[in-house]
This record gives sequence, structure tokens and C-alpha cells, in this order.
Amino acid sequence: MKQLTILSGKGGTGKTTIAAAFAVLARNAVLADCDVDAPDLHMLLHPEVIKTQEFKGSKIAVIDKTKCVNCDLCREKCRFDAITEAIEVDPVACEGCGVCAALCPEDAITLAERVSGYAYISKTKYGFMAHALLSPGEANSGKLVTLVRQNARVLSEKENSDLIVIDGPPGIGCPVIASVTGVDAGFVVTEPTMSGIHDLKRALQLLEHFNVTPLVCVNMYDINKDNTEKIVSFCRENNVEVVGKIPFSPKVTEAMVNGKTIVEYSPRGAVAKEIARVWEKMSSSISGK
Amino acid sequence: MIVSVASGKGGTGKTSVAVNMALSIGNIQLLDCDVEEPNAHLLLHPNMHRTEPVYVLVPHINEELCLRCGECAKFCQYNALFASSEKVLFFPELCHSCGGCIIACPRQAITEEKRRIGALKFGAVGELKLVYGELDVGEPMAVPLIKAVKKQIENNKNVIIDAPVGTSCPVIETVRESDFCVLVTEPTPFGLHDLKITVQVLRKMKVPFAVVVNRAGIGAKKVYTYCKEENIPILLEIPYQRKIAELYSRGVPFSLEMPEWKEKFQALFSDIRRLVGK
Repeated sequence: MKQLTILSGKGGTGKTTIAAAFAVLARNAVLADCDVDAPDLHMLLHPEVIKTQEFKGSKIAVIDKTKCVNCDLCREKCRFDAITEAIEVDPVACEGCGVCAALCPEDAITLAERVSGYAYISKTKYGFMAHALLSPGEANSGKLVTLVRQNARVLSEKENSDLIVIDGPPGIGCPVIASVTGVDAGFVVTEPTMSGIHDLKRALQLLEHFNVTPLVCVNMYDINKDNTEKIVSFCRENNVEVVGKIPFSPKVTEAMVNGKTIVEYSPRGAVAKEIARVWEKMSSSISGK
Repeated sequence: MIVSVASGKGGTGKTSVAVNMALSIGNIQLLDCDVEEPNAHLLLHPNMHRTEPVYVLVPHINEELCLRCGECAKFCQYNALFASSEKVLFFPELCHSCGGCIIACPRQAITEEKRRIGALKFGAVGELKLVYGELDVGEPMAVPLIKAVKKQIENNKNVIIDAPVGTSCPVIETVRESDFCVLVTEPTPFGLHDLKITVQVLRKMKVPFAVVVNRAGIGAKKVYTYCKEENIPILLEIPYQRKIAELYSRGVPFSLEMPEWKEKFQALFSDIRRLVGK
């Protein structure tokens, strides 16, 4: 079984549009939406949830006010500024480290489990899907990504699927690292803007750091052809394969508004055709690995 | 006054709004807290005059004192320490720098040392001061670096903060203590969906906010209905124009080439000031 992660560095370059199109084109793939704090793939693939799991990513300090003598030690020693002046726990700031509980001379503080979100296993028209939703204001998105990927692996084994398509989060931090470790290829979707180029370079460095084969796709390449040319030559100099150049089209937004993938909504359009061509090229290159 | 600019969904135009607003006002401090992918400097072209490394504290185990008792590993909620009978292994990327292992060690065998996670960069364009953080590639934790960027806030100055994408810890750390948050969205289903999540986060944090609709004209009208139903003011609409997109792609803030926008961004800032009551 192979795993492909779609990432971008910069947000809004078209990761989810492309991941959803791959889902349709792949037929037997398992999908994993690893953008757990702002997941969007479900709006194009309309999964039917068959299993929901609570996600307990971290703990939280709980103060028993009947035992507390307001000595302030917990507030002084907390490195996350999570204890307020009224000696209450700020749930947003608390990282559940347990230092306050260990130091409290009255044993008034304990650590409790906290539910930070939910992981889902779902069925779509195009195959099974693992996804999740981090509760608003919760931390530990990286751990939730790991849970989604684990669910996707179990699904792919059960369903005899040979590919997991992972829609990754933007950025290069913890949830992105959790989305790319150990995958067969990282498919970087970029756009021909100064920010797109800057963030592409950092995304490629990240893939190199974790020893993941990079593939690059320039989305909306015709917005600025000079910049597209810069991306292509940068990739050539660094031996990174550019697998496709997708044109800008208002059809992409129309498809999204209609809750459809671009390959369903406008199958004969230039965008769908290029994505299909990229898919052919890429699926043979991954399976050949 | 501290105003942060956030969005939920990426690529909706946070940096564009933050930079254009900052340039239109002039005497301001702009902090780019998107330390994973800082982009404000790509539009501002500032003179950069200083770089400062940022460190976090991590445990250092004195092997001679360590009994391999495993108390530190037992204490660590993040699995950053693993004790075998021969050695205690430390995984720095997992460490949250809470200092708990030091308390847990019965032999005082643990001290703290600095570990680099990224850098602060300082620059300026005229009266506008820019500070941004750049996370070292491969480092998972953005939050300590975001805290370091926010420590640079100059009191008595108006501050605009460009927030990272998403709705989890990096965004929360960025927006904490802001007087106001501008949410930049686009009128698409993805934009609206992620806006709704961000609204929940801000309500939980009790930070007042309003919306700027970017690329107005594309997509659908649902974002307007939603804002109306939820009583969220829409302070500005930026239409989808190829010229704006092209200027952005070249790294040019569009208010410099389309001066009518300078006034609109000044008006946006006055509206925020009025809503905050400062």
C-alpha cells in the first residue's frame, strides 16, 4: 500500500480541490483529510459517517477549590500562563503538563482527560475516508492527524486498497510533519506568486528533511507565467519533478459552490483534463517505486 | 491597540489585508506570526536589520547522577523522555518545555539547556516596523516562536498581527490578548466553513471580531447571510479583480498601485478603532 500526501506550505493553493479530484480518479483509494482544524474535503465528497471516535489528545488541570489555599505556587510555576489570578485554569492555555498538580502542597490539583475532537470513519461514493474535527480552541492537531492516518491504514488493509491519498494541512509545523512522515511521495501544490514560491521552497525542505520524495504541481499557473517559469527552473535545478501545470478557471469555484469535485463538475474542462493527466503520470510513478 | 488578522482557511488574503492596512496607516508595528510560512515581508520588501535566534528550554540529563529510575519519563505527558535500564532517551521535538521532569527527578540530575527552534527577524519600511518569526524547517512547535514574536510588541503603538492559518494552537496563541480580530474570508463554501470554525474559537476566547470579504463576486452569497444571522459586521469587501491577483503574485501590495484602496484601509482601521472603543 502506498501513501501520497498533498501539501502546499501556503494555504489556499488548491490542495483540497486536487485531493478530491484524485479521489474520483483513483477509484480504489482510501482518503484521509488531515487538515483537522479546518477540514474541507467532506464538502466535495459528502462522506456518510459510519464510526465516530472521541479524540483525547491531552489532559487538563482541574483545581479543587475546596482544598486550594491560594498559595499561588501553581500560577508562578506554570510556564504556559494557564492559571489565572483567581487561581483558575485557562483551558485554552493549559497544555496538561502536570507541573501544577505535582507542586500543589494541598494536593488540590489533578489532571483530567479532555476530549479535544472527534475522528470519523466514513464512506463516500469514491471509497472510504478517514477524517476528523478538532474542537474549537483545542490543541494537539498533530496527534489527531496521526489518529486519522492510523484509521486510514486500517481501512486500506480491510478494503485491499493500494493507495491512501492524504489531504494535508497548510504550513510546515506539527500537523504537516505528522501528515508527511513515512509517506511514499509529497505532492506539493503551489501557485505562481511570491508567497507561493517562498512557501514551496520551505515545503520542499521539509520533505527533504523527512526523506520524502517530492512532486510539484503549479496551480493557476497562468496567473503569472514568469513566476511559473521560475518555479519550473528552480525545481529543475534541484532535481524535483514538476508533474503538472493547472490553469486558472472560475469553474473550480463553481464546482465547490455546487459541492462537486472539478472532474465531476467540468469533466471536459482544461482543469479536469490536466488533473487527470497529472494523476496518470503520478500514479504510475508512485506504484513504480 | 492590537489588531490581529486571521482566517481559518488559507489563502483568503490575510497577509494582503494586514500589509495593505499597515501601509495605509504608516506609523504601525506589524508582526507576522505565521512563523511556519511568514509572507508579509514578501509584500513589504523591508530593510531587514537584525536577526535573533529563538530558543526553548529542554532537559539535559547528567548521566553521572541519573539512576535510570524512570520518574522523569513517567512524569512527561508528551512522551519526550524514555527511560530504559541503560539510558534515558530524550526526543527534543516532543518536549513542551514545561520543566516537569526537573521536578520529578529525585536526584536533581536534570538541568535545562537551550535548543534553537527558529529566529526573529526585524525590519522596517519608513515608519512601519516589521517583526516576524521564521520556524526552522523540521521543527514542529510554532507556539514558543509565536510567543517570542509577540514579546516584541511595543506598548503605546498600534500593532497589526498577521496570524497563521487554521484554528488550532498557533492561531490561538497569536490572537490571545488582541483587542480585535479581523477575519478574512472568501465567499466560497470552504471559506465560509472555516470562517464558522474560527468564529467559534474567537467567541470562546472572547476576542471581538468582524469580517472582511475578499474576492467578493466569486462563489456564492451564503457568507453574507451567515454574517447577518450571526450579527457579525462586514467591514470591507475586496472584489475579485485580476489586477489585484497579478499585483499580489508579483509581491506588490495593491493599495500602492490602486491608491483609492489606501483610504478604504484607513477607514477599515477607523471602524475597528470605533468598535474597540479606543
